[in-house]
Amino acid sequence: MSTSPTFTLDGREIPFEAGQTVLQAALTADVYIPHLCYHPEFKPHGSCKVCTIKADGRHVSACTWPARHGMVVENATEELDDLRRTLVQMLFAEGNHFCPSCEYSGHCLLQAVGYDLQVETAGFRHFFPVRPVDASHPEVWLDLNRCILCELCVRASDEVDGKHVFGLSGRGAGKHLIVNALSGRLADTDMAATDKAAEVCPVGVILKKKAGFRVPIGERPFDREPVSAQAARYAPRPPARHREED
Amino acid sequence: MSFEMETAPHPEQLRRVAIEPVSRVEGHGKVTLLLDDHNRVQQARLHISEFRGFERFIQGRPYWEVPVLVQRLCGICPVSHHLCAAKAMDQVVGVHRLTPTAERLRRLMHYGQILQSHALHFFHLSSPDLLFGFDSEVARRNIVGVAAAHPDIARQGVLLRKFGQEVIRVTAGKRVHGTSAVPGGVNKALAVAERDGLLKDIYDIIKWSREAVALTRRLFEQDPDTYARFGRFDAGALALVRADGAMDLYHGGLRARDVAGEPIFDHVAPDTYDDYIHEQVKPWSYMKFPYIRSLGPDDGWYRVGPLARMALCDFIPTPFAERERKAFLAFDDGRAAGSTLGYHWARLIEMLHAAEVIKDLLQDEQTLGTELMAEGARQGRGVGIIEAPRGTLIHHYEVNEEDLVVRANLIVSTTHNNNAMNQSIREVARQYFDGRELSEGLLNHIEVAIRAFDPCLSCATHALGRMPLEVTLVDAGGHTVDRALRDPGEAC
Repeated sequence: MSTSPTFTLDGREIPFEAGQTVLQAALTADVYIPHLCYHPEFKPHGSCKVCTIKADGRHVSACTWPARHGMVVENATEELDDLRRTLVQMLFAEGNHFCPSCEYSGHCLLQAVGYDLQVETAGFRHFFPVRPVDASHPEVWLDLNRCILCELCVRASDEVDGKHVFGLSGRGAGKHLIVNALSGRLADTDMAATDKAAEVCPVGVILKKKAGFRVPIGERPFDREPVSAQAARYAPRPPARHREED
Repeated sequence: MSFEMETAPHPEQLRRVAIEPVSRVEGHGKVTLLLDDHNRVQQARLHISEFRGFERFIQGRPYWEVPVLVQRLCGICPVSHHLCAAKAMDQVVGVHRLTPTAERLRRLMHYGQILQSHALHFFHLSSPDLLFGFDSEVARRNIVGVAAAHPDIARQGVLLRKFGQEVIRVTAGKRVHGTSAVPGGVNKALAVAERDGLLKDIYDIIKWSREAVALTRRLFEQDPDTYARFGRFDAGALALVRADGAMDLYHGGLRARDVAGEPIFDHVAPDTYDDYIHEQVKPWSYMKFPYIRSLGPDDGWYRVGPLARMALCDFIPTPFAERERKAFLAFDDGRAAGSTLGYHWARLIEMLHAAEVIKDLLQDEQTLGTELMAEGARQGRGVGIIEAPRGTLIHHYEVNEEDLVVRANLIVSTTHNNNAMNQSIREVARQYFDGRELSEGLLNHIEVAIRAFDPCLSCATHALGRMPLEVTLVDAGGHTVDRALRDPGEAC
């Protein structure tokens, strides 16, 4: 009889399976670590840094850091939450996130993490970038104002849909989401509303048309419980498969 | 006629009195008066000096977002904008008849809004003027003073508004800025427990509403000369009415009468509004001046809101309110119906009507249905018209084939009343300002006139306490000859 390896997270013992990251093991144990670019069906990406933890005293991304037996992890500390708050403030400052009129309000992970971390001020001067809306597609529309460059749509379109509809272009502050068409219009790609890429966006950039506001206030995913009480929702699931494997 | 004091022939020879601001929050306005050497008012204007731009930044947004986006115009009457935009977008999705449940739930939300807005305006903002006097002690002339002197009235005011907000919460999802009206219907059904929670209080609400109407009637009876004369002028009127001529604040056709009470048009379909109503721009205000096209900008202006609705409907389809409407119209040979302060009386009759309608809707089993959405064939244009607490509200949108709004035209209630508010200020200035030294009480007469309209855009009447006012009398050489200041520190 073998004993599962464990590490401690804020003093609590967390079991894990070989190959799991700290974030996967924590979520499996129903312990929440804030995150944005992680998705339980995709390989970790490690870009948003909101899941930053201290593992044996070192700042690392929980979504990519392999769990190791005996490791000591700090998560819910004021120091780390301060860092996370700053990251979230920067994401809000970088885009145009108008929650009051956004149909993804109550569904949005950025909003939920912001509430949960008690981000109560802007923190930074907002950029108010000029970003277009692409409503050319008959069933799906893009509001690029909300993009946080997590690349989940890129990964979904590449790995599951096999269509390569989305990609990132530009560098630094000019980095932005593009679609795979010479015209730059979603209508000229082979995107379909049934694609995995149409359902993975955590912040409401990629949305199905004519469905906005159909879920009443009180029944949206983050109306009843804060995201920190929904860790199990993000526990690892079997990875999303390529359509051709179905 | 009404433009007699809008522009003085030789303004350079007159002294200028500016009241600025007359608002604090989202609205920003000022009043300017030009006085001659004998302190007679030669020119009086209410300027709306803010610029919002909603019509522009709605452009490029998807049509289903608009009912939620556009309600951010206001924190007091967002339900009116939410429903008006939803009515316009019903047409865009080709729905010309909602399901019976959806229509009842939208009406319930709307009449909850009428109830809470009218209660807020009367009890919190206007009752201090009316109960204590326009130039009474400043320190007492506020809702706290009302609570101390008339605790039952203040308590009922708070509870009436709370009830209206609760009606909005159970129908819209939130007390302020809910989301339930969507193109083609509503997203939220009413639960039995929510219905029962409201029903248990509705008879108190109707009782207190009746008492509030009686209170206003007594004010008129005690001092009919002041109440019927203050800022009084004759004007045309515009409102929606039901097909049978009844008051209907949610849906109907447009009816207009001229200054003599003669019909101009009747039962005009909302989507043809722009054949009948145009807007004029004047260089001294960001607020447009709507007018009835057939009469032109000089003679085609009109009043909207409670006073206009009382005058235009053939009857109110609820018994208590209809009885009060008849008493209102008969008072002093109809003089209350043309008085600026008549707005208060008419507003409370509507509050009573809203309470009665809410009771009827709560007792209607179809309100508890679950068929919430209807469908139709997509169209490119939608016009919604609703009677908001402050008057007729028009939303007009054009939507392209990509589902994005390409044009928006909003004519809000206070805009319809622009000329009427200016006229009211001129009448008050003529009656009270001529030859008198400036004082706080005198300034408040101007505010009382503005406040009677319950203007949403200036929000002057939706700020608790006193408006921060500074009036400076400047001679032709630019030298200050008199100055009156209210404590701006109380501004919010």
